[in-house]
Amino acid sequence: MIPLLMYVAIFVAAFFIVTKVVQGAGLKDYTSLKTVTFGDESAVRPNRAAGIISILTIFLMWGIFTGSSLLPGFLHAPGPYEGTTTFTYTAEADGQTDDATVTVVVHPREQATEAPEVDPGDGFAKNDSAAIAQWRTGLIRVDRNDELGRDAGATVVAINGEPIAPGETVSVDGGSVTLSDRGTPNFEPTKGWQMEPLYLPAPEAVWTRSLEIAGAGFRNFTLIEHLGYSLFRVVVGFLFGALVGIPLGYAMGLSDWFRGWFDPIVEFMRPVPPLALIPLVIIWAGIGEAGKIILLFLAALWIMAIAARSGVSGVKISKVHAAYSLGASKWQIMRHVIIPNSLPEIFTGARVAMGVCWGTVVAAELVAAEQGAGMMIMTASKFQNTDIVIMGIILIGVIGFGIDMLMRWAERLLVPWKGKG
Amino acid sequence: MTGLSINSLSMRFDLPNGDHVQALQDVSLDLKAGELLSVLGPSGCGKTTLLNIVAGFLAPTSGELILNGHKVTGPDAERGMVFQQGALFEWMSVRENVGFGPSMKGTPKAEKDETVNHLLDVVGLQDFKEKAVYELSGGMQQRVALARCLANDPDVILMDEPLGALDALTREKMQSLVLKLWKETGKTIILITHSVEEALLLGERLIVMAPRPGRIHTEYRLPFADLGVDADLREVKKHPDFGPKREEILNMIWDMEEEIMGGKEDAA
Repeated sequence: MIPLLMYVAIFVAAFFIVTKVVQGAGLKDYTSLKTVTFGDESAVRPNRAAGIISILTIFLMWGIFTGSSLLPGFLHAPGPYEGTTTFTYTAEADGQTDDATVTVVVHPREQATEAPEVDPGDGFAKNDSAAIAQWRTGLIRVDRNDELGRDAGATVVAINGEPIAPGETVSVDGGSVTLSDRGTPNFEPTKGWQMEPLYLPAPEAVWTRSLEIAGAGFRNFTLIEHLGYSLFRVVVGFLFGALVGIPLGYAMGLSDWFRGWFDPIVEFMRPVPPLALIPLVIIWAGIGEAGKIILLFLAALWIMAIAARSGVSGVKISKVHAAYSLGASKWQIMRHVIIPNSLPEIFTGARVAMGVCWGTVVAAELVAAEQGAGMMIMTASKFQNTDIVIMGIILIGVIGFGIDMLMRWAERLLVPWKGKG
Repeated sequence: MTGLSINSLSMRFDLPNGDHVQALQDVSLDLKAGELLSVLGPSGCGKTTLLNIVAGFLAPTSGELILNGHKVTGPDAERGMVFQQGALFEWMSVRENVGFGPSMKGTPKAEKDETVNHLLDVVGLQDFKEKAVYELSGGMQQRVALARCLANDPDVILMDEPLGALDALTREKMQSLVLKLWKETGKTIILITHSVEEALLLGERLIVMAPRPGRIHTEYRLPFADLGVDADLREVKKHPDFGPKREEILNMIWDMEEEIMGGKEDAA
């Protein structure tokens, strides 16, 4: 809740600061002179400052709530308690009471710490000590060294002088003490507002881990190999899909028999999410490369077939008529009119298919794989290596974005006539 | 014999609901080589159907079409088409579009280049030959379409409202160009248009078609096209016969339109 409010606050504050401060500094182009912008989609252009602040905010919030060392300390959200604290408990047995002190050392998880030696003190209740990791809780068996223990009828009746009964909680320095149902104090150190690294590691931790995996590898394969395997599967599956799908789409666009024959199959297979095919493909082809490539082939096939079919249907009949009147044969019309005319549609289909394939390969690797981006994050999550999981997600996103950019670039280069017909 | 003879063409097809449409009924026409015929008529009179049959894109249900002594059965390079718009190949440059016909025939490159260069000079697009067609204005695109059609040296040129989408000024320039090309090349041309003025200016012969069923209603022989070859078209429009002829044909078409509207009310 608090992070959300902070995020909204930054959003609003940045808006006012940017619009008041930077106002009027922008380009004085035609669009900037439009007075009606609300409802004119073409006048809505992404605000560059908003984009930069948005990305910075994500990292800022990430740093604040993970206690990142990239940020100065005063920006950090309150962290978990660390250090040595004490509280006293009052034990009662046979009508007599006695106080004793408990010393608790709260330490970071990765740094093993022994409970300190303490002087037992006077009375039947003896002083105790314990070491508890941050974000964890610890039962403190205060009676184990007492002269009159639980077996002798001793019970804890107060913490720091405040009366307590089983199930109740008393705040103490550095945490709180809850009495368990059986009467044992349970110390819970203050957690603060930061995320535990197990759930969300700091940005620099993810970065260091990325470098480590890039060098040393993960599960017998380097980072590049994991990503390379995923990409390889996508490219090969997509190529096979396009190799079969495009001619199939052309045939469906050019012959009524092909259209009649394959329409039911294509129309049925198109809405089946490729992810739903994973179990069947695993049964048929196992979890090796063949299975993955068959799956991606199927994912790309229908998309490419439909793209090629609509590319053919999109040919203006006057172009075909013109070509016939200019003496072109059927084959020449295919080569010089239908194929170039359908290329823009095919490129759009290819972009969609590559996106679907990339998503499908990651999902297939999550299910079962020896290597690959999906396998990497799945295995890491089983070992609670959250930093690797986050790194993997970021890399998968970056690669997916890169594929799309590459396809757009190729499209601009190869079909400059798109949308100009 | 040279020329195009259209012998009692009829075209009738069924609709999914069991009705049928008589798109053309008993249309006959003889066109000598080098004649320019313009075709007018209200929408639905079958003028585009007629053109598509002459081009070979549609088969008539009865009647036949004889060009230079042989029967027309399908599209062929001897009958070139110029469409209203959007029939250029936008993946090719202006030069490649104009050279499309010769390329398909496998004409040697030198000969093809010569034809293309000559035609680009004729239509005044020599400076634009390496441009993509979508970079040209509408008028220039239609010049490319004309040049592309002429590059194949067809016997008959069929024009389906080639100037319909152009603005008034460009249209006037293009009308002069069409007349000039017609005179210089001596091609037989069939021009379909919605504009009565254009039909009068360009048509050496003019037919007005009537709908339901599509048929030839009236035929004219006009002097204006010959005048327009040498004179400014605006001067031709001042000819004493021009205005009355335009009124006569406009009234004829208006009457047909009213009949259609009346017919619709009866049907309802």
